[in-house]
Amino acid sequence: MEMTRTIKYEADRVKGFGEEVMSVPGCEKLKDCIQCGTCSGVCPLSIYMDFTPRQVIEMTRFDFKNEVLGSKTIWLCASCYACSVECPQQIGITDIMYELKQRAIKEKVYPRGLPTPVLAQEFTKMVHDYGRVNEILLATKMYMKTNPLAAMGMSTLGLGMIKTGRFSMIQEKIQGRADLARMLETVDEGK
Amino acid sequence: MKYSYYPGCSLKGQGRAYEESLLPVMRHLGIELEELPDWNCCGATAYMAVDEGKACVAASRNLAIAEKAGLQQVLAPCSACYLVLNKTQHLIHDYPQIKSAVDRAMTSVNLKYSTDIPVRHPLDVLISDVGVDAIKQKVTHPLKGLKVAPYYGCQIVRPYATFDDQFNPTSMDRILEALGATMVQFPLKTKCCGGSLTGTLPEAGLRLSYIILKEAIKRGADVIATVCPLCLFNLDSFHGKIAAKWESARIPTVYFTQLMGLAFGMTAKQMGLQRGLVPMKPLASAPACCAARTAAAAT
Amino acid sequence: MQSTKENIRIGFYVCHCGHNIAAMVDCADVAKYVKGLPNVVLSRDYKYMCSDPGQELIQKDIREYKLNRVVVASCSPLLHEHTFRSATAAGGLNPYYFHMVNIREHDSWVHTDRGEATVKAKALAHAAIDRVAFHKALETKTVKINPDALVVGGGIAGIHAAMTLANAGKKVYLVEREPSIGGHMAKFDKTFPTLDCAACILTPKMSEVGAHPNITLWSYSEVAQVDGYVGNYKVRVKRKPRYISEERCIGCMDCISACVFKEPKFEDEFNEGLGKRKPVYIPFPQATPQIVVIDPNVCLNFKRTKGPDGTPIVSDRCKKTCVEACGDKNAIDFTQKEEIKEIEVGTIIVATGFKTFDSKRVPAYGYGIYKNVYTALEIERLVNASGPTGGEVILREGKNPDGSPKHPKSIGIIHCVGSRDKKTNVWCSRVCCMYSMKLAHLLKEHTGAEVYNFYIDIRAPGKGYEEFYNKLLDEGVHFIRGRVGEVTDWAMTPEEEGKLVIRVEDTLAGYVRRIPVDMVVLSSGLEPQADAQDVRRLFNMSCGTEGFFLERHPKLAPVNTFTDGIFIAGACQGPRDIPDTVAQAGAAAAEALVLIDKGFVEQEPNTAFILDEECSGCKSCIPLCPYSAILYDETRKKAHINEALCKGCGTCVAACPSGSIVQNLFEDEQIFSEIQGVLAYD
Ligand SMILES: Cc1cc2nc3c(=O)[nH]c(=O)nc-3n(C[C@H](O)[C@H](O)[C@H](O)COP(=O)(O)OP(=O)(O)OC[C@H]3O[C@@H](n4cnc5c(N)ncnc54)[C@H](O)[C@@H]3O)c2cc1C
Ligand code: SF4
Ligand code: SF4
Repeated sequence: MEMTRTIKYEADRVKGFGEEVMSVPGCEKLKDCIQCGTCSGVCPLSIYMDFTPRQVIEMTRFDFKNEVLGSKTIWLCASCYACSVECPQQIGITDIMYELKQRAIKEKVYPRGLPTPVLAQEFTKMVHDYGRVNEILLATKMYMKTNPLAAMGMSTLGLGMIKTGRFSMIQEKIQGRADLARMLETVDEGK
Repeated sequence: MKYSYYPGCSLKGQGRAYEESLLPVMRHLGIELEELPDWNCCGATAYMAVDEGKACVAASRNLAIAEKAGLQQVLAPCSACYLVLNKTQHLIHDYPQIKSAVDRAMTSVNLKYSTDIPVRHPLDVLISDVGVDAIKQKVTHPLKGLKVAPYYGCQIVRPYATFDDQFNPTSMDRILEALGATMVQFPLKTKCCGGSLTGTLPEAGLRLSYIILKEAIKRGADVIATVCPLCLFNLDSFHGKIAAKWESARIPTVYFTQLMGLAFGMTAKQMGLQRGLVPMKPLASAPACCAARTAAAAT
Repeated sequence: MQSTKENIRIGFYVCHCGHNIAAMVDCADVAKYVKGLPNVVLSRDYKYMCSDPGQELIQKDIREYKLNRVVVASCSPLLHEHTFRSATAAGGLNPYYFHMVNIREHDSWVHTDRGEATVKAKALAHAAIDRVAFHKALETKTVKINPDALVVGGGIAGIHAAMTLANAGKKVYLVEREPSIGGHMAKFDKTFPTLDCAACILTPKMSEVGAHPNITLWSYSEVAQVDGYVGNYKVRVKRKPRYISEERCIGCMDCISACVFKEPKFEDEFNEGLGKRKPVYIPFPQATPQIVVIDPNVCLNFKRTKGPDGTPIVSDRCKKTCVEACGDKNAIDFTQKEEIKEIEVGTIIVATGFKTFDSKRVPAYGYGIYKNVYTALEIERLVNASGPTGGEVILREGKNPDGSPKHPKSIGIIHCVGSRDKKTNVWCSRVCCMYSMKLAHLLKEHTGAEVYNFYIDIRAPGKGYEEFYNKLLDEGVHFIRGRVGEVTDWAMTPEEEGKLVIRVEDTLAGYVRRIPVDMVVLSSGLEPQADAQDVRRLFNMSCGTEGFFLERHPKLAPVNTFTDGIFIAGACQGPRDIPDTVAQAGAAAAEALVLIDKGFVEQEPNTAFILDEECSGCKSCIPLCPYSAILYDETRKKAHINEALCKGCGTCVAACPSGSIVQNLFEDEQIFSEIQGVLAYD
C-alpha cells in the first residue's frame, strides 16, 4: 500500500503567502478567523469541496499555498456571498476565493480536468477580444477544451435553445474594442 | 424618469425574454430607458476570478460611458451585472490602488470616471421610484389564483443589501402581490441556483437548482418568478438531467417582468413567454385570446 | 502675588518606576536639569517614589531643607497623587503644595526615542516647577452621608445587595420595575453547575426581602429622577398603578378565580408567551410581593382606551366579579393613579440586570419562522415544574398520530446566538455555554432525546464548570464544534422529512453535516437593557461601547461608578452568572457600607467659586453646569456655586464672560505659568 505523509513541516509552508493574500482588497480580515465553520455551514457548494471554506482560510493564513491553490474548493465557489455575509468576523471569504483563483490561474496550478478555470479564462478572452460574451459560443469553446463528449450531452439543450429562439452563433462585438483592449493593457503595464 | 439601460450580454442572448418583457413594462409605467451606447460585458463572476484589476477596468468603462452621456442612473437588470457594477464602485471607492488603476486605464482612452453613478436594479426602481400603488393602478388582468414562489437569487442582496432586506427580501413579493398573485412561503428566496457551475460542474451546480425547484413545488407554487437571466436558465433548462439524477421537478420559471406584463394586459407572446422550456399554464384571468396565446406559445 | 511675597523652596523628585520610566527617560539627567531651575532647592531621582522609603524621603527633606513645595514626576495622578499628598502632609506641609507630573503614561510608555522622551520629561517637569510656586494652601471639606440606601432592580443582584445592607441595620428602598422581584433567576428551573433548584434557593430570599423590617419594597415602580450628590441624593420614584391596594391585598387570589374570563387568555410575559394569564393575575406562584396586578390593557373594566395623557380610562363595563370575590378586603381599586414618592438616600446601588438578545436578528436560525425553534428562556419555562406545561417538554408544532402532544426525540442547541458576532454583539455572553449544557442535561432528563450542542468554544471557567462539561459528556450529550450555518425545513433524505435540519460544519471532523432534529434551542446572548442609556443618564453613570454600565476601574473598582455614592452590581455591568452576580452585589453593599459607616466623605477642594464683586449676574454659567451646582441668588443678583455639588470640571470657569469664576488648583496664574514652563524648554 502506498503511504502519504500528512504531517506538515515548516518547510511545507510557503512563508509570506498568507500575508500576500491579506494585502489584497477585500481580503484584509483573513487573520481574524476564529475557525467557527459558519462559512462552510452556509456554503451551498461545501458538500462537494475537498477542503471546507473554513479549512481554506486556515490553510491560507498558515501559508499552505500549494495545497490551497491546488484545491478544487476554490473552483466550486459560485460567488454567492453567503459565507461573507454570515461570517461573524466579517471576513470577505468570497473575495479571498477570488484572489486564490487568480493566483491558481496565474501560476497554472489549478487541478487539471476542472472546466471552471477554463471557462473563466475563455470568458475573459472573449471580453478582451470582442467586448461582449456569447454564452453559446463560450460554452462550446469550454466543452471543446475540456470534455468534448459532454458537449454531446448538451445537444437537447442546444435544440431547446434553437427552438425558443435563444440560440445565436453570431459573436457580437463592441465598436470600442481597441479602446477596451488598450484599457486592459494599462493594468498589466501598471503591475 | 429616465435611466441608462445596461442590458448586459445575457439579455441580448439566451435571456432575451427578460429584455422583451422589461422594456414594454417599464415604458407602460412611464419609465424611459436609454440603452447605454457601446456598452461592454461587465465581466461577471468569471473575470474577477482571473484578474480583479482588469475586471474593475472593464466594468468601469460602462460607468464612464454613462457619465459621459450625462445620465444620472444606470439600470442593470441582470443580477451579475448589478453586483459587478456595484462592487466595482465599492472597490474604486475603498481602495486607492484600484482607483489609480482605473484612472490610468481611463486616461489612456480619454475617458473619465469621476462620480459614482447609482447602479440600480429594476426591483429597486419599481418599488422606490414607481411605487406599488402606481403598479396596482395599471393592473387590468389580475393574476388571481396564481401561486408564485418569489426567487431572488443571491447577488442582488449579497454582499450589499442596498434596497431590500438581505435575508428576507420582499420587493418582488410586494410587486407580484400588487398584480393579484399569491406568494407561497419560500425560505429559499436567496439561495444560490448554482450559477455557472451547472455548466462546469453539473452535479454540484444542478443540485442547487433541483432543491429550489422541488421546494417550490412542495410549497404549492404554480410558477417560480425570478429576477436574473442565469437563475432562469438554470431553473428552466436542465429538467431532464435533474429528473435523471434525482427526481422530476418540473415547474415553470419566469421573469417577474413577464408576470407584470400579463397583468397589464400584454400578451404572452409579447412577454416572450414562448421562450421558456417549461411552459407556464394559461392564466384563468387572462382574456380568452391571451389565454389561448399563452397556451399556444407554451407548446 | 504670593510667589513674590513668599520665599519658595521646591523639592523635586523623579521616579524610575523600576524600568517603566527609567528605560525610556534618563532620570538622572532630568533631575540635573531641574536642579538648575528657579526656586528649586533640591532635585533627586529615585527608584520607587511610592515605596515607603520614597515617601519618607519626601517627609525628611521637607523638614531638613525647609521645603514648602513638592513636585514628583512619576506615574498618573490617578494612581499616586493621594499617596504623595499624604506624604507631603506627613512632612508638615499643606497637601495642596504638592504637584504631580505624569512622565509614565504620558511619556515613557508612549514613546520610543529615549532622547526625545527625556526632553519631554524635562519640559513637563519645568512646567510643574513654575506652576507649583503659585499653589495655595487648601482645605478639604467633608459632607455627611445619609445612612439610608436605594437599590434599583430586584433581580438576584438587587435582592442580595438589599439584604446585605438591611442585615447590617441600614434602611433600604428596593425599587423593582416588574410586579414581582426575582429577575431572570425566578424563571429558571435549575441552576448550573450544581443543578440546585432555582426556586428553592431564591424564594426564601425573596420572602425575606418582602418581610424585612428594614426594607421598603416598591415593586411595579421605577426611579423617575435623581438629584443631589454622594451622601445626599433626592430620588423621585414613580409607582405605577396596579389597581390593587397593596395594604389591603392579602394574596388570596380569589379575584383571579372569580374573573369574568373563565380561562386565561392573554399572553403571559413571565412564561415568555408560552402560557396564558387573565387580566388580573400574579406573575408566578412565589411572586414577591404576593399581590395581584390588573392589566388595564386587557381588563374589561377599562374601555381598552386611554385618556389624552395615556392613562387607561375606567368604563365600568364589566360585572366586576373580582371585586365581589374580594369582598370585605376591598383591595381592588380601579381608580388608582400613578403615584410619586420622594425619598432621600445617601448611597445607590444600580442592579438593573440584562435582557436577552432578540433571536429574530439572526434570520438564518429561523426563530419566528419555524415554530419548533425556541429561545433558551422559553426552554427554561418549558422544563420548569411550575411552568406553563408543568415541566412537560412538548413541541409547539406537530402532533402524534393519535392527536396527543409530541415530545422531541432529537434536539439541537445552538450556542453563541447574537454573541461573538461582529454583525450583532461582539462580546462573549459568558453564561450561555454553561446554561446550554444545563438545558441539555434537563432536556435529556425530561425527554430522553438525543441532544446536540453546537458550539464555537466551550467556555467553562468557573468552579465546578469543567466538571459539569465532563458530566454531560458522560451522559451522552453530543458536542459538535461548529457555528451553525442555518436551520431549514427542507429534506434531502428520507430521515429529514418533517424535521428541522441543522446545517453545520463539524470542524473537528472537517465535514459539513446536516442534522435533522425535532427541536432547536437558541442560546441567545446577554445584552444591556433596552433602557440602559436612560438609566445611565438618570444616575449620571457611563456606559461602555457595548452599552453595559461602566465600572470606575475594571480591576480595582469593579462596583464603583464615576459618580461617588453610586454603585453597580450584577449583569447590568456585563454578562455574568449568579455566583459572580451575588459576589458583586455583596461587594457593592460593602462599598456602600464603607461610606455609610464612615458617616462623611471628604471632597476634593478643586471646586470653583465666584468672585462676587465681578459677577454681573448674566447667568451664562447656570445651564452649562453638568452637575446643576450653580444657583442664582435673586436678591443679590449674583450666581452662587454649591461647593458640595461642584465636581471641578471647569466648564463655568471657561464660559464666564466677565472672568469672575475661579477654580481652586486651576487659577489663571497657575495655568499660565505651567504653559510658560512647558514652552521654556527648547
Ligand atoms: C437562559 C438563561 C439561563 C441562565 N441560567 C443560569 C444558571 O443556571 N446559573 C447561573 O448562575 N446563571 C444563569 N444565568 C445567568 C443569570 O440569569 C444572571 O446571572 C442573573 O440573572 C443576573 O442577575 P441580575 O440581578 O444582575 O439581573 P436580572 O436577573 O436581569 O434582574 C434585574 C432586575 O432588575 C429589574 N429592572 C431592570 N431595569 C429596571 C429599572 N429601570 N428599574 C427598576 N427595576 C429594573 C428587572 O425587572 C429585574 O427584576 C442564565 C441566564 C439565561 C439568559
Ligand atoms: S465564518 Fe468566518 S470566522 Fe468562521 S471559519 Fe469561516 S471565515 Fe473563519
Ligand atoms: S461565496 Fe463561495 S465559498 Fe462562499 S458560500 Fe458561496 S459558494 Fe461557498
